[in-house]
Amino acid sequence: MTQLPETTAKKLGLVIDLDTCVGCHACVISCKGWNTENYGAPLSDQDPYGADPSGTFLNRVHSYEVQPAQGDAQLIHFPKSCLHCEDAPCVTVCPTGASYKRVEDGIVLVNESDCIGCGLCAWACPYGAREMDVAEGVMKKCTLCVDRIYNENLPEIDRTPSCVRTCPSGARHFGDLGDPYSDVSILVANRGGVDLMPEQGTKPVNKYLPPRPKDRLAAASADDIDILAPFLEPVAQETKGFLGWLDRTLEKL
Amino acid sequence: MHPALSVIFFSTFSGLGFGLLFFLGLGFPAVTGGSAFAFFTIAYILAVGGLISSTFHLGHPERALKAFTQWKSSWLSREAWCAVLALVLMALYGAGLVFFGTRWTPLGILGALASLATVFTTSMIYAQMKTVPRWHTPLTPAYFLSLCIAGGALMAGQTTLAAVLLLLAGVIQVATWGIGDKAFTGGGTDMETATQLGSVGKVRAFEPPHTGTNYLKREFVYVIARKHALKLRVIAGVLMIVLPLILLLLPFSHIFALLAVVSHVAGVFTSRWLFFAEAEHVVGLYYGARTQVA
Repeated sequence: MTQLPETTAKKLGLVIDLDTCVGCHACVISCKGWNTENYGAPLSDQDPYGADPSGTFLNRVHSYEVQPAQGDAQLIHFPKSCLHCEDAPCVTVCPTGASYKRVEDGIVLVNESDCIGCGLCAWACPYGAREMDVAEGVMKKCTLCVDRIYNENLPEIDRTPSCVRTCPSGARHFGDLGDPYSDVSILVANRGGVDLMPEQGTKPVNKYLPPRPKDRLAAASADDIDILAPFLEPVAQETKGFLGWLDRTLEKL
Repeated sequence: MHPALSVIFFSTFSGLGFGLLFFLGLGFPAVTGGSAFAFFTIAYILAVGGLISSTFHLGHPERALKAFTQWKSSWLSREAWCAVLALVLMALYGAGLVFFGTRWTPLGILGALASLATVFTTSMIYAQMKTVPRWHTPLTPAYFLSLCIAGGALMAGQTTLAAVLLLLAGVIQVATWGIGDKAFTGGGTDMETATQLGSVGKVRAFEPPHTGTNYLKREFVYVIARKHALKLRVIAGVLMIVLPLILLLLPFSHIFALLAVVSHVAGVFTSRWLFFAEAEHVVGLYYGARTQVA
């Protein structure tokens, strides 16, 4: 049913650290890899080797330039996938019941055999988390790797979403955000995690950790000190021996 | 938003068809027999033709029956129910008029209400979208309903009523454009709330996720021909309201009436195209797209 559950036992979701994300897109690739081979229809590409390639992705990394009032501009990489909202507008608009939010863990999923591909759920999502697969004609979205996190055929260490398992900089964390004592909840509390577009009233489960202040960068530019200067000074101030003779001889030429 | 032709066709023609059914249900014109058959045929071709065209934008039209299941939460599902209800009620009512020459008044009134309800549910599919600030207003149902009954009156040959309703629809259309132009900036969603990076500084999109395009950009970050928006608005307004009004005020002739209908339909089609093409989805902010009609 596309009516949202009153409450969910757990609120499984991701915490994404904008301070540590290096923008390598490894999460994008591992997501595409896992989800094209496992649950549901594969994530198709159109014209993949041609002039105008495009394809279905469940996770994309944007990059933003942020210019503070004082100091240097910063580049911030911004991974974005389904936020598994508590008040998911994508679920309630679905006419067929294909979209649903699970009572047991809060994951928002699409039953692809019920999806008529009307696209209304993608219209209702402010985050662009849902993409219609052009080849299959059904809506695709992040499943929070529901086929990994409970999968007892995988080693325990692999029972996290593919993007989290892959991230080389530890910028992605997975856990129960409904439990205030979980690692992810403590991380969000300590780092001041935020909701994207809170004014849309979607109550996203996924949280974003804002970048830490770049205090050393700002201090360096404020005092106009070149932080590399000590490393660029000549290693030898005076030359002796053969090199000294060569230096003096070349000076005379 | 991408203006899908199938959806524009659907909302233009089924809106007109249900508008005509509304007036037929109320007994305007009070036709029976052969002329009732003619009126009902036109109304059904428009309403059903529009509904069929709407299924062309589905990825899996063969599963369309499943869309009747979620009427408790989904406006699209409610629209499916209302459309079927209206068409069944009006078919029974029409059969009475055509084959028995009797007017079952309560049935006609119920059918008329169901016809209006269908157009209302259609409009709510758009009006509910908080993600598209231009649509997220009570003006959206007002816009759909006013054009539906104005077009219906025009088709039903209710000259005086049609003139008044066209004028009303014109006023609502102008309000929709005027208020709609300010909706996005007034909506409270901007680059800073989208990225939550406003506390660091001024945010600018530096690089999109992929060098190519994608479903989201094709569907939601559609910008073609917005530079012609003002001209298209004038064209829509003249064809949809002004020209039919002039033709209605002239001494009555069937040619003028036909021309008024054709002009009105072309105008509604243009207006509906603009309804989609001018609408901006907040997801565009993540792609640094913020193109607003001046």
